[in-house]
Amino acid sequence: MAPTSRAPRRVGMSQRFSRWDVKVSPYLYVSPFFISFAVFGLFPILFNVVVATHTWHRRLGQGDFVGLDNFAWVLRQPEFWTSLQNTFSIFVISTVPQLVLALVIAAVLDQNLRTRTFWRMGVLVPFVVMPVAVAMIFGQIFGRFGLVTPLLQDLGLFTDLSSPFFQDRLLSHVAISSMIVFRFTGYNALILLAAMQAVPRELYEAATIDGGGRLRQFFAVTLPNIRATMIFVVLTMTIGGLQIFDEARMYDGAGTAGGRGGASDQWLTTVLYLFNLGFGDWQDRLGQAAAVAWLFAIVIVFFTLLNLFLTQRIASKEGRPTRVSRATTKALVAERRAAAAASERAAREAGVATVLGTASPTGHPDALVRTPEGSRR
Amino acid sequence: MSSALIEQQSGKGAGRYARRRAAQGRPVRLASQSHNPANRRPGWVTYALLAIVLAFSLFPLYYTMMFGSSTQLEVAQAVGRPPRWLPSTELVNNLHAIFTHHQINFWKAFGNSVLVAVVVSVTTVFFSTLAGFSFSKLNFRGKKALYVFIIATMAIPMQLGTIPMFIMFTTFGWIDSLTALILPSMVGAFGVFWMTQYLSEALPYELVEAARVDGASLFRTFWSIALPASRPAAATLALFTFVGSWNNFFWPSVILRTEMTMPLIVPQLQGAFTGDHALVMTGVFVVALPLLVVFVFLGRQLVSGVMAGAVKG
Repeated sequence: MAPTSRAPRRVGMSQRFSRWDVKVSPYLYVSPFFISFAVFGLFPILFNVVVATHTWHRRLGQGDFVGLDNFAWVLRQPEFWTSLQNTFSIFVISTVPQLVLALVIAAVLDQNLRTRTFWRMGVLVPFVVMPVAVAMIFGQIFGRFGLVTPLLQDLGLFTDLSSPFFQDRLLSHVAISSMIVFRFTGYNALILLAAMQAVPRELYEAATIDGGGRLRQFFAVTLPNIRATMIFVVLTMTIGGLQIFDEARMYDGAGTAGGRGGASDQWLTTVLYLFNLGFGDWQDRLGQAAAVAWLFAIVIVFFTLLNLFLTQRIASKEGRPTRVSRATTKALVAERRAAAAASERAAREAGVATVLGTASPTGHPDALVRTPEGSRR
Repeated sequence: MSSALIEQQSGKGAGRYARRRAAQGRPVRLASQSHNPANRRPGWVTYALLAIVLAFSLFPLYYTMMFGSSTQLEVAQAVGRPPRWLPSTELVNNLHAIFTHHQINFWKAFGNSVLVAVVVSVTTVFFSTLAGFSFSKLNFRGKKALYVFIIATMAIPMQLGTIPMFIMFTTFGWIDSLTALILPSMVGAFGVFWMTQYLSEALPYELVEAARVDGASLFRTFWSIALPASRPAAATLALFTFVGSWNNFFWPSVILRTEMTMPLIVPQLQGAFTGDHALVMTGVFVVALPLLVVFVFLGRQLVSGVMAGAVKG
């Protein structure tokens, strides 16, 4: 505080300022985000409703109000459905190996290594390679004269002159997925590693005393203890993995007539479709592109929630506190299933339609093995 | 339990004793024997596995560099293998061809990318720390609701704003300008979340109160107490923001026409060097290189950032 005896008036000023400071400043400090979000987040989203319900062109601007016609148009386009299928296909092909590999790498890194920072950095290198560069490099590797195609031709698996990775739909998804696996496996491994290192070491000691081998320890101690982080990793994978654009656009180098997702849309993803509609050289359909954005946003939110639901169910089962031996569990589940199927059959024979399992008294087979959550979290 | 391991963990004498016991056929066991990964040195299998992972991480870059070290002819002759196994001076010729090509202005793109990434990183760190300070250490009505709101905005897919923002920016006359790249990413929800989490743990209330008692204004408190305290998290956030901005491809391809950033060079390579894969891949290599150089110096920081984020996130 300023010395009170000499300048009483200034004290009043500074006190008034101080009161104002305490009241207003907290809001002032968080305001940049909200201003930015209002202008570049909220307003565009609201404005997107307007764009999606009008014809709209890059050069001509706003056209007539068309209601939901843009949505109907998009839903009639085979490209839209193809792009959704491609997106999910690439997502699935990239996510599963990525998660398994990341777990393995994290488990290998979770030891008392020499030069540990070196290995961790090495794992993270792909993360800082520019995605479009990765796409070009892998495009080369999977190309006609690259590393993979000639090898497979020598083995007699392919006879075509051109690279099947640019012809066949599924193989092009494999190639694009490999880029995503390359870029993010190490990153996810480090996240999982951090979680593994937070697992209390006494648990491993206890498991050793109980006679559990290293593999058994991994499944019985490590995995249940990092389940929260695994959910986090799977969720970020979902949100990022569905929005694939860079890899799909640059896979064929985007030279003349390239960058559109393949001659017959083999690797056209939904974001790339949106881009082509709105900003492609031969398309100028901002209204329809806005409709695609809405539909896609709904799909993403739906999928994120579904994923959250599924992973939490799986994880809570994994992390059950009282452990029943795997064989016992399997036997119990099999028994339940058999009982459910039998009663289902009996019901059907009796002419009563039931949903599988509801006829048995315990209902879902999992009901048996699930025990109340408690010891953890 | 091998006597070598015992020697490593418990000293030479113990090792000698263990060997003697083993020679007599009696069981050998370390007192603290356990599979506790915290104190057990892994064997060569572990390092072999890690070496394989490292090889996979680096191979695409090596492959690209080998293309850059080859002539067009060498590339054409190489089927099913890299055109070379070791780098050559041809790389210099190829680099020269790239840097002097009239269609590609590398330095312009490099300068733009640096400018955008630096401005975006600095503003993101500043505004995020400011908001994080407010959310973690100050009291105000509606704090919790506002914070939850910020977290919730992270779930919004950014593609939802692409078309309307393009139309908005056309109206503002920002098409083909770096303003359009900088302004929307000056502060983000993730940064606010990150700094709030960090400051709520790392900055004691006592320090803030002490500054207040000494008559510092809130901003002064922020500037001289919170900002220095947040340095480790701020550095990580800056690094992540920089990488994100540097690699961003979607939004610049929507908004830029003649202006360039580094990723936008890549789609031009195929057109500029039709069919010459040696030059195209040299271009890819040059575009990917700057961030790798940064990584050599700041990779340690990035690693700890990724791992710190996991425990909090």
